[in-house]
Amino acid sequence: MSYPTDLKYTTDHEWIRLAGTTGDVGITDFAQQQLGDVVYVELPEPGATLKQGQVFGTIESVKAVSELFAPVTGEVLEVNTSLKDAPDRVNSAPHESWMVRVKLTNTSEVAALLEAAAYQALIAK
Amino acid sequence: MTAPTDAPLKKTALHASHIALGARMVPFGGWDMPVQYSGLTEEHLAVRTGAGLFDVSHMGEIEIAGTGALEAVQHITSNDAAKLQVGQIQYSALTTPDGTFVDDLLVYRFGPSHFLLVVNAGNIEKDYAWIAARAKDAVPDIATVNSSDRYALIAIQGPKAQAILQTLTAIALPAIKYYWFAHGEIAGVRGTVSRTGYTGEDGFEIMVPPAMAARVWDALLQAGKAAGILPCGLGARDTLRLESAMRLYGNDIDDTSTVVEADLGWIVGWNKPAFLGRDVLHAQKAHGVKKVIVGFEMTTERAIGRHGHHVFHDGHQVGIVTSGTQTPFLKKALGMAYVSPAIATPGTEVEIDIRGKRANAVIVPLPFYKRPKAAK
Repeated sequence: MSYPTDLKYTTDHEWIRLAGTTGDVGITDFAQQQLGDVVYVELPEPGATLKQGQVFGTIESVKAVSELFAPVTGEVLEVNTSLKDAPDRVNSAPHESWMVRVKLTNTSEVAALLEAAAYQALIAK
Repeated sequence: MTAPTDAPLKKTALHASHIALGARMVPFGGWDMPVQYSGLTEEHLAVRTGAGLFDVSHMGEIEIAGTGALEAVQHITSNDAAKLQVGQIQYSALTTPDGTFVDDLLVYRFGPSHFLLVVNAGNIEKDYAWIAARAKDAVPDIATVNSSDRYALIAIQGPKAQAILQTLTAIALPAIKYYWFAHGEIAGVRGTVSRTGYTGEDGFEIMVPPAMAARVWDALLQAGKAAGILPCGLGARDTLRLESAMRLYGNDIDDTSTVVEADLGWIVGWNKPAFLGRDVLHAQKAHGVKKVIVGFEMTTERAIGRHGHHVFHDGHQVGIVTSGTQTPFLKKALGMAYVSPAIATPGTEVEIDIRGKRANAVIVPLPFYKRPKAAK
């Protein structure tokens, strides 16, 4: 699996696809491989506030539960409710399966995120 | 997401095969083991409907041999080893004087005075030290040997396991009954084949010298190709054993739970005059226990009770979850928990605290999954 260059990545294995001052957030292919078969994604409600580096939800696979960490600070505009009935989309199309759409509070935070090449170097270790 | 570790991990004789098959490796009980190859769910379903192949070489082998071997085994284990004929196996517990588990294990009777115990990977050193000391309490000059390095262990499990394995051996597999074994050649390698497993499915476990393990592993994968055999990791092994309600040491049983509390009274030799933990187990059988293991099924959607979650009934905490997952074959969130005997009756409704939220569950009978009789 390749890591799209239009995404920014975190060291916690989330990605964000930015469009102006909003961004869609998901988990990386590496993360879904580590988790295994996803059975359930628990996400905040629209209107909730995310804080960069803080937990915003949980993702549960057959094997284990993991926390989701916010790549940026902002407000949740929309939640991808289709993942409720098809959580396995996170496994089959991790970089298309966005979880929350966020309105960024502070766009300068993006500078702390990784480009695709840097992220791939991180997970190759 | 996975914590790095500096401790050197042990590798089984099949380690290179796992890497070549693209397995994802994880540390388990001090070993670098495959957790999954193609995917946990797919591997799980292969075992329920066809066949799966597992490397379980990390399991330990401890042998007790010589005059008095039976007496020594009788002293340290809960089950009645005197009932074992040569060629037969029993599930048993290595018990503390309190009737709790040092480990759970399989006892193979190799000869009238020769037993082989298969123990959990993470417990090998602890078990061997315990066995060496405690066996001598019963039989001062008994010989105990940790022969874990002398055996690789491969499990082939599933309704198609027998047909696949039969193509590689002259041993008449249909003649091996459940929990019996035979010696012979498998893919040209001298070994021991038992009709045992940790999946709830029909199948075999094959003990061979480590140097020969890759040859047997490769032959089994090749022989099972047409039948859709899949290499399976520890992830599927865990969900398969949980669906079948087989206890996992470290989760469901340990040195704080007794054999009776674990609802494993059937592995106690009640007529044995003496063994470690006997008095406690007899007392619990006669007078009852404070906690007992039960099965539960989540009734709240998308909620999975897992190890360590607390169980509530009428607002009071009544127990704790020992194992739980979303089961791939039954497609339900199931688990086991220790609860007060008062709420152990199937049908009792309970609540499970999942990360601060209460979800509903109901007590159900064990095991969750029983293989169809026709599978043999």
